[in-house]
Formats: sequence, structure tokens, C-alpha cells
Amino acid sequence: MSETAVVARRLSVGYGSHAVLSGVEAFLKPGGSTALVGSNGSGKSTLLKTLAGLLPVVAGGLEILGRPVGESSQRVAYLSQFHQSGFILPLRAIDVVRMGRFDQRSRFARRARADDVIVNESMELLKVSDLADRPLRDLSGGQQQRVYLAQVLARRSALLLLDEPTAGLDAPGRAAYIDALNFERSRGAAVVTATHDVGEASMCDRVLLLAGRVIADGPPNVVMTPENLLETFGIVLTKVGDQLVVTEHHHDHDH
Amino acid sequence: MGNFVDPFLHNGFMQRALLAGILVSLTCAIVGTYVVLRGMAFIGDALAHGVLPGVAGAMILGMPAMLGAAVGAAVMVGGVGFITARSKLSNDTAIGLLFIGLLALGVVLVSSSNKLTGDLESILFGQFLGVANSDLLAQALALLVVLVVTVFAARPFLLLCFDGDLTRAMGYKAQWYHRLMLLLIAGTVVVSFQTVGSLLVFGMLLAPAGVGALLAKRIGTMMLWASVVGIASTYFGLLASYHFSWAAGASVVLTAVAIFFVVLTGVSLQKSVQGVRT
Repeated sequence: MSETAVVARRLSVGYGSHAVLSGVEAFLKPGGSTALVGSNGSGKSTLLKTLAGLLPVVAGGLEILGRPVGESSQRVAYLSQFHQSGFILPLRAIDVVRMGRFDQRSRFARRARADDVIVNESMELLKVSDLADRPLRDLSGGQQQRVYLAQVLARRSALLLLDEPTAGLDAPGRAAYIDALNFERSRGAAVVTATHDVGEASMCDRVLLLAGRVIADGPPNVVMTPENLLETFGIVLTKVGDQLVVTEHHHDHDH
Repeated sequence: MGNFVDPFLHNGFMQRALLAGILVSLTCAIVGTYVVLRGMAFIGDALAHGVLPGVAGAMILGMPAMLGAAVGAAVMVGGVGFITARSKLSNDTAIGLLFIGLLALGVVLVSSSNKLTGDLESILFGQFLGVANSDLLAQALALLVVLVVTVFAARPFLLLCFDGDLTRAMGYKAQWYHRLMLLLIAGTVVVSFQTVGSLLVFGMLLAPAGVGALLAKRIGTMMLWASVVGIASTYFGLLASYHFSWAAGASVVLTAVAIFFVVLTGVSLQKSVQGVRT
């Protein structure tokens, strides 16, 4: 199975007929990764939702895993940025991860041993195996996020669409996330992440800088220049050693 | 012990009331769990009141009350969809408008007919002690339907409680399952209003499932707790009604709500004790 994960041509995304972001060109191969980088309201979450089939395409062409968008849902994993009612639901962490397998077998088929193996592996990768029997609502925000990521992993999908995957994660959580992502990519899954974390984006093959339009598009070391980041975030970031630091605020309003 | 068992042994109406209450409790435990988890209390409340003009209208026309209730519920559900699709008004506003509009229509209908004076109370608060065998049959059928639908839609229902976007991203028709859930709530209200009344059925949907939410770690256990609380409320409520001549439906619902607050207090105390220890 070597079909292209995402092909977008002159894609506009938004709500109803109102485009939030236009002119997106994308071509993502199996095992590849793309970061959508921008501030709040830049259109990155809207683009991700459109790729997941949650919003209709406003204009342009979009194919997911070789088929029209929305027709490959079984092979796509989507991590949303917000989770409703995570606090009242009586669910254990393992129940949440198991949900990732729901559409992988027929409605009345009981959970198979293969599903259990995948669920356990996914929880181990995110280092949440010891939380399996704990109620979701008793976990910290970072632990919950890891459980949600384990659910995404448990889908064993061909395309991962992750909205702010590292939100709330501490350093060990981040390390586990990076391991998990490498695992997914090594088995051929393509990954699209929406983030405003420049460090996270620089680990991807390709970066799209977004601010209502595509500001730059290409490999991270080419695209993430101080000028482009200024245009994306309205601040100046300079590379000091391994770290990007804010060196100057953008006060120039005459654009 | 006699006081606890005898009323049910020697009175057919008490036996039927107990059986009806158990059936209502089981139906409401399952449906109420989703009402609580999805925050659909307001639409549940609105449905419970919205059936009033339907029932009143059916009685005036000499038709079965349950048919009228079903029409009322259908108008409510359809109306909410209509308003939200055609305006930018929130669900809350749409539900509130229809809820109060239908309630007002119901009161107007009841007040306009000489035949119905006195019936308003029995519609709102039910006739627990006057349950007929046909009511029991309808209630049992409703429970069966609810069970079948819940087994059929278990996964999408759980996903809907968890995250609507995820449900759709996984290829389930979220809107469709949402409507199915509404239909379950409407059906429960329509069938149960004759026993506990249209006002009080709402209490049976919320209070036992609320206790379940406080105690359970899993959805299945939540439904189990809700069933236990519902059945216990029915039993003790009917007993109190028998001995003290309290209104039966209200006694049952009052017991359920009281259990909720007792459990809530217990759980809060336990948490604060744990908080002090750690």
C-alpha cells in the first residue's frame, strides 16, 4: 500500500462558504510528516478538521489515502484539540484507548485478542500502562493527553492527524510522544500535526507556516527563517544553539 | 417486617405499581445515563413537558393518551431541529421556546375543556397506583426496545458521550445517532408518563443516573447503579406512599433525589478525608 496519504490542490478550508485559509498545496507520502504552524486563528485546526472529513472542502481538490476525503475514516486517526465532558464520563484510561479500535471490527463482534495486544502496546509506548484501570477523570491534564495519544496509536492508521499533540505534556511525556511518532512513521504511517511549537515543527519533514494563507512551505531549515516566523507569529525568533528564542516583538503595523 | 412486605402482598394495585416502577427504573437507568453524560437534561425536561398538549389533545378527541404524547414529543424534537437549522439561535433558546410554548398550549387546552379538569394533575404526576395491565405491557415493550437499541448503538453512543468530532472522524453518522438518542428519550417519556407522570419521569431519568455517575468507573456499572437506585426508590417510595398516604409518583422521585444528595455528600466527605490524609 503505497498510495499518497494526502494530496491537496489549491485547497481552501473554512466554515460554510467562508474560507479561513486558501491556497494550500500538499503532497504527503506514507511515512512522511508535515507540521502546520501558526498562531491561534491561523487556520491550522480548520485545515486539520477538513483533512479528517469533519468540515466540507470550501474549494479545490483533496484526496486522503487515494480516495475522496471522508471515505477512508477507518484508516485515519484524528486527535482533536479539545475533549468535551472528559471529567464526568465514567471511563477508565484503557476504555478510552479501546475506543480507538471501535470501527476496526463489525458492530457485534466481540473484542479480539489482536485488539487487546494493540491497545496494550499503544499504552506502553505512551507510558500509561500503569494508569490503565484509573478513571480518566482522576488523571492530570498531561496524563489524559497521553491516554488520548495512545487511543490514536491504537487505531494503527495510515494517516495521523494531530491537533496540538504535545499540549500539556511534560518532558517525559514529550519524549514518549516522539518515540511513539517514530514508531508510527517507521511502519509507514504519515503524520500531520498542527502546532505553534516551533521546536516540534522542526522535527517534521515539511512545514507549512500559516496565517490565514500559506506564508511558506518546505523543509523546516529552509522555511523557518526569522522573516517567515515574524510574518507567521508577529514576533522575531532567533536560533540560539538548539533553541529558538524571542528576541524582538513585532511593532510594525503598516502591512 | 410486615410493614415492608405486606402492602405488596395483599394489594394488586401495589404489585402492579411496583412492577411498573421497576420497568420504568430500568428504562430510565439506561436512557438517563446518556442524558446525564451528554448533558441533555434540558431537552429531556422539555420533552417531559412538551407531551402535555399532545396528551390533552388526545383526551379531548377521545384518542389514546400515549398517541397524543408521541405527537407532542415529535413536535418538540422536530421543532428544535427546525429552529436551529433556520436561525442562528442556540439549542437552548430553541428548546426553551418550544418547551414553554407547548406547556402553555397544554394548559390552555386543559382549561378550555370541562372534560379535563382534574386530569392535569394526573398527566403531570402520573397515576402510579392506577396502573393497568396494558400499561405494564407497553412499559415492558419500551424497555425491550431501549435494550435492543442500546446494544446496537453501544459504540457510537459511547463515542458521542466522549467526543462528537471523534465520532464523525471515525466514520459514524453522529447526527443520526444523536437523533436516535433523542428518540429513546422521547420514547421513554411517552411510555412512562402514565405511571410517574410527565413531570416526574424526568426525575427518574436524572437522579438514579446521577448517582451512577458519582459511583461508577464504567458506563455499564453506571447503568447498574442507576437501576439499583431506581428500583430502591420505587420500593421505598411506594411504601411511604402506602403508609403515609403521600402521592405515589412524587414519593418515588423524592426518594431518588434524596438518595442522590446522600451519595453526593458521602462521596464529597470521602474525598475530603482522602485529601486530608495525603
